[in-house]
Amino acid sequence: MSGKVVLTYFNGRGRMESIRWLLAVAGVEFEEVNITKRQEYVKLLSDGALMFEQVPLVEMDGMKLVQTKAILNYIAGKYNLYGKDLKERVMIDMYAEGVQDLMQMMMALPFMPPDTKETKLEEIERKATSRYLPVFEKVLIGSQYLVGFQLSCADVQLLETTLMLEEKFPTILSKFPAVKAFQGKMKSLPAIHKFLQPGSKRKPQPDDVYVKTVCEVLDFKL
Amino acid sequence: MQCIKHNITAFAHEGVMECGCFLPAVNFNFTMSGKVVLTYFNGRGKMESIRWLLAVAGVEFEEVNMTKHEEYVKLLSDGALMFEQVPLVEIDGMKLVQTKAILNYIAGKYNLYGNDLKERVMIDMYSEGVRDLMEMIMMLPFISPDAKKTKLEDIERKATSRYIPVFEKALASSQYLVGYQLSCADVQLLEITLMLEEKFPTILSKFPVVKAFQGRMKSLPAIQKFLQPGSKRKPQPDDLYVKTVYEVFNFKH
Repeated sequence: MSGKVVLTYFNGRGRMESIRWLLAVAGVEFEEVNITKRQEYVKLLSDGALMFEQVPLVEMDGMKLVQTKAILNYIAGKYNLYGKDLKERVMIDMYAEGVQDLMQMMMALPFMPPDTKETKLEEIERKATSRYLPVFEKVLIGSQYLVGFQLSCADVQLLETTLMLEEKFPTILSKFPAVKAFQGKMKSLPAIHKFLQPGSKRKPQPDDVYVKTVCEVLDFKL
Repeated sequence: MQCIKHNITAFAHEGVMECGCFLPAVNFNFTMSGKVVLTYFNGRGKMESIRWLLAVAGVEFEEVNMTKHEEYVKLLSDGALMFEQVPLVEIDGMKLVQTKAILNYIAGKYNLYGNDLKERVMIDMYSEGVRDLMEMIMMLPFISPDAKKTKLEDIERKATSRYIPVFEKALASSQYLVGYQLSCADVQLLEITLMLEEKFPTILSKFPVVKAFQGRMKSLPAIQKFLQPGSKRKPQPDDLYVKTVYEVFNFKH
């Protein structure tokens, strides 16, 4: 059931970035359609392409997939990044869900009023260092990967989160040497090394243009 | 445990049989059963979908209700909560957290997750959509009274224009959402239709197919039992529930 993989999203990270990461690690080539105008979104709606009127949209294997977690789980399952049995899968899911909670806090930042951003950043740093990173520090002391001694989507999402955190708090991993070492090993995997080079499909941090585009396309008032 | 591939009886450990084959998910309960214990507040919240799924799967469970901050602190210091959060479900020797992880595990174990990857992604898409709507309703007791009216209108609008039409269409040609068999997506859709009717009693009047689906689901024995008084189903959140959540987490109102 192979064919082209096409991502439809804004030209930026948002909820699509974890999907880009996972496809890159799985070695899957993909194309992107960027939404820049409201009419393009309206056309997607009237074409019936978006099950719940939302993006991300990923066209693959003859399906129009929506809902970030559904898409990530499908890619992980298809490309052997989801553990080898149900018990490994639930561990992967627990770690991935935790990391996604933290990522969503960061994703929301550009859309918040400036006077609330400072407080939110402090909350993110606090939760990252007291609630989330200690969990992974403990697991990774005894193992190169989070689950089952093999690469899974949980490892990819943890890597992504550590990089996002360092963009906001450059020294945040200084107290988490096992996570820092994990990050180093992950970054040297060929597919990830390639994804981190300029010119890859990786998107830069959200800027004002990104925020403006999202609000225009989805008719948000900020 | 019977291995179909090697046609032998073999022991299994940690999901792998002596002969080297992986244990199919549906056999898990033979080797590692034990009590299932849920830890949460005495109310619906994020745990309710888990109660529904366990009930449909025919799995008995016990509940530990949190009522005081000290109980939460003890759970934390015991290291029972991976990310300092509930729901917590103890099952098969594991302390599971994160609602979606728990639901996916139960669905996988009890054959409510489709037959293959393509069915699973359809189930996931439907479930995630339904959960987005459920979370909007879950938040209602915790938002300020003047914001509630607007939020209720938002929920009704999204339910009738974005979500229910999808299921009306999907169920037009099939008794179940995916693969012509019961899945966790059906259970969650049933749950959300009941939640919606509690707020908007006639909301399904324009969606006869979903209404018929609801009727069929309600007549399944396990679901019928769960809908009887005295079951593990929790009532709608009230002031006491909200107060308890705030106290346990030491939130300021």
